[in-house]
Amino acid sequence: MSPQFEIQLIAVIVAVTCALPGVFLVLRRMSMMADSITHTILLGIVLAFFVTHDLSSPLLILGAALMGVVTVWLTEMLAETKLLAEDAAIGVVFPLLFSIAIILITRYAGSVHLDTDSVLLGELAFAPFDRMVVAGRDIGAKAIYTTGALLLINLAVVVIFFKELKIATFDPMLAAVLGFMPGLVHYGLMTLVSLTAVGVFQAVGSILVVAFMIGPPVTAYLLTDDLKWMLILSGLIGAASGILGYQAAMLLDVSIAGSMAVTIGVIFLLTFIFAPRRGLIHALRRRYNQKIEFAKLALLFHLYYHEGSDVEAREAGIDTIRLHMNWDAAFAEKIIRILIREKSVAFSGGMVKLTEQGRRNSIAGYDALFPG
Amino acid sequence: MIDMTTKYAVEVEDLTVAYDTKPVLWDIDLKFPKGKLTAIVGPNGAGKSTLIKAIVGLLKPVSGSIRINGETQDLRSLKTRIGYVPQSSSVDWDFPATVESVVLMGCYGKLGWVRRPRKEDYALTRQALKKVGMDDYADRHISQLSGGQQQRVFLARALAQEAEIYFMDEPFKGVDAQTEKAIVQLLKELRDQGKTVIVVHHDLQTVADCRWWPADRSAKFLMMKI
Amino acid sequence: MDTLIFLFSDYTFQTVALGSALLGLISGVLGCFAVLRKQSLLGDGISHSALPGVVMAFILLGVKNTEGLLLGAIVSGLLATILMISIVRYTRIKFDSALALVMSVFFGLGLALLTYVQKIPNSNQAGLSRFIFGQASTLLQRDIIVMAVCGVVLLALVVLFWKEFMVFTFDSDFAQTLGFSSQKLNLLLSFMIVVAIIIGLQTVGVILMSAMLITPAVAARQWTNRLGVMVTLSAFFGALSGVAGTAASSLVPKLPTGPSIVVCVSGIVLISILFAPGRGILYRANRRRKNRLLFRMEGGSPDVPTI
Repeated sequence: MSPQFEIQLIAVIVAVTCALPGVFLVLRRMSMMADSITHTILLGIVLAFFVTHDLSSPLLILGAALMGVVTVWLTEMLAETKLLAEDAAIGVVFPLLFSIAIILITRYAGSVHLDTDSVLLGELAFAPFDRMVVAGRDIGAKAIYTTGALLLINLAVVVIFFKELKIATFDPMLAAVLGFMPGLVHYGLMTLVSLTAVGVFQAVGSILVVAFMIGPPVTAYLLTDDLKWMLILSGLIGAASGILGYQAAMLLDVSIAGSMAVTIGVIFLLTFIFAPRRGLIHALRRRYNQKIEFAKLALLFHLYYHEGSDVEAREAGIDTIRLHMNWDAAFAEKIIRILIREKSVAFSGGMVKLTEQGRRNSIAGYDALFPG
Repeated sequence: MIDMTTKYAVEVEDLTVAYDTKPVLWDIDLKFPKGKLTAIVGPNGAGKSTLIKAIVGLLKPVSGSIRINGETQDLRSLKTRIGYVPQSSSVDWDFPATVESVVLMGCYGKLGWVRRPRKEDYALTRQALKKVGMDDYADRHISQLSGGQQQRVFLARALAQEAEIYFMDEPFKGVDAQTEKAIVQLLKELRDQGKTVIVVHHDLQTVADCRWWPADRSAKFLMMKI
Repeated sequence: MDTLIFLFSDYTFQTVALGSALLGLISGVLGCFAVLRKQSLLGDGISHSALPGVVMAFILLGVKNTEGLLLGAIVSGLLATILMISIVRYTRIKFDSALALVMSVFFGLGLALLTYVQKIPNSNQAGLSRFIFGQASTLLQRDIIVMAVCGVVLLALVVLFWKEFMVFTFDSDFAQTLGFSSQKLNLLLSFMIVVAIIIGLQTVGVILMSAMLITPAVAARQWTNRLGVMVTLSAFFGALSGVAGTAASSLVPKLPTGPSIVVCVSGIVLISILFAPGRGILYRANRRRKNRLLFRMEGGSPDVPTI
């Protein structure tokens, strides 16, 4: 395997690994808690590193996972005092733990060979230098196996506990009644997030992990309603941004992790703007259409009520109707023109008059809005 | 100093209002007589609060016009004329403010931008608190109040506005019987002073002894004169 | 003690400490409004998102003066805010996801740009990375002047619009009916919060700046029930931790300023939450104990469930 291929393979594995638990984070509205965890696991990594002096020691994973759970616990405990809002609790806890980690690294890094940048920002380009050697044979970069194992774990958890995760996400009360213990699912998921973050920080750095966790699921959320599809799409989007991000990074000679995060952002932005049914363009168009539809119906109602009344000449006069609707001239003209084209209204005797069809539409619209 | 040229305090004509993308009120015509106490009564979701919000300028209507004392409604003309009492659940009661400082906010509209409250505004605040029977609570923090007391504080804030027309959104929600009586008494006093009072209420039972009529052919609520 | 006297008479330290104090003061004041409006984490998003603006300003303008870089930071901070708000408004994505996504992508962009700049020969980019963790020791006298000017303007605005900000933060609908446009106030206050964040980036860095906004305000809230006192206390806590953190980092070798300031301010919040009279955890526990004693003396059940 060439180093380039290995890097891309790791990038894809990392992105997919992060995207899987991310789907549930987005749906459970825990994105900022995940962001907090990805910052604080640094403290777990640093503390464990001081004990082992080895960045690939399993103790690091234990330390980081523990720190993730501690973060969640501390934040929730603070919020439960009701002395501060939950978002403020997140904002108080993570900077403190993160600061302690940075202070420890800066003060003792010189003596223990722990580089701030490598933990926080990661460097995928160095991954192929660390080889996996089994029985004297080089079988590829070590990171492929570590992140690969993590991917398998996440995949297994999602597949095996799909039902539990789904029910605890959409209806925690029901889950509790059915005996699925949503609290356990909650902390389990948080542990998984910490594990994932610690497993991939050497590749992409702990700060950017959250982009990989949240970005693909949020994008998929704009494309599908089905949880299974959301998981699959998130994985695909993650994988695509891994490869595209790497290519862009090589082209521009910039940080691979940064470039991958930007690629995720670009894919999201395109989806956000163009997504069918849930994108920006569609939303704007729908809002505009709805405004026109409201206005049409409002005008029909207006005409219907005043039809034949003694104030009809004033209320429905061609020149005065817009004053009664409080519309500007251009908008009133547009709505009337649409209604004329639909043969719902017609001009007659200086007034806007309902046609037979307009009358029917008005009644039908009324019945639809106010059944019974 | 009430303008007698128009008979109606609020005239709503051909009003259509949509909340986000959901239409709530369709082509409604309503008139609220001046110097009267009027209640808007109807079930939840009938659009009562929406109507009030549109009248006080918090929601922009799709179509139709609203006139206050015969004048077209806009922010500037509104602020000294109307007093608004939102639902008490709409604010964070853990906000660092004392009862007095919340009631003082009622005077802000008259003051306009940047100007500070003066001595007479504090006096007015005290007076308003006294009227709702909360003058002993002036220095209390607002989180230490019961639901009924919170509602009284909001009422006092509206009184401090010295408005001509009062709009109250569900003032009886979550309120004890004693407070409810006190509020009704206060509203009647306001009416007797020649003020117009418009109250949103969700329950027909609580306010007996009144005439009621359908508000409008397409509205799902009733109006009544108390 | 002698070292402290020596430290405080040192000109460089005076400059740096003054800068940190200013930063703590300003973010303490504006942070109160951010926290009370339940927008604590928006500050986190804005500060992370400022990074690409800083680097972009350097690439485009080729300058390293603070004003230019901070201008870039403001632009990208505002851009990120607009993006987050439109995502929430036009799609079904919730605010927390939009926030986490936008800030991490912007931060990633900042890193990518940073590595790009580092590879430009003779670019003299050293010092840009101080925006990640902050480095108070790089503060120059003219930086302090920039901060002081911004600070005076911001504080003057807070004093000037005090009653408007108060009524808007407490009850924006009511403010609107009083004739104070919610839209204008929202714009003004948000812009001021962004400026307060940007001012602190150099000293504390993009990752930790949000703590300077949230933490002093949370601590101050515990001691008082009046907004005026809360804002004053919060400013004091912010300034105090600014000076204390800077002093600690000057006295102890290899102690980064930003994290050291954050630890100081977190210490204050911890003390406040535990010991503040009226609200503090220990105070409440003590009161509960007394109540239980009272119950027992009067024969009531000690195990009455509390709500």
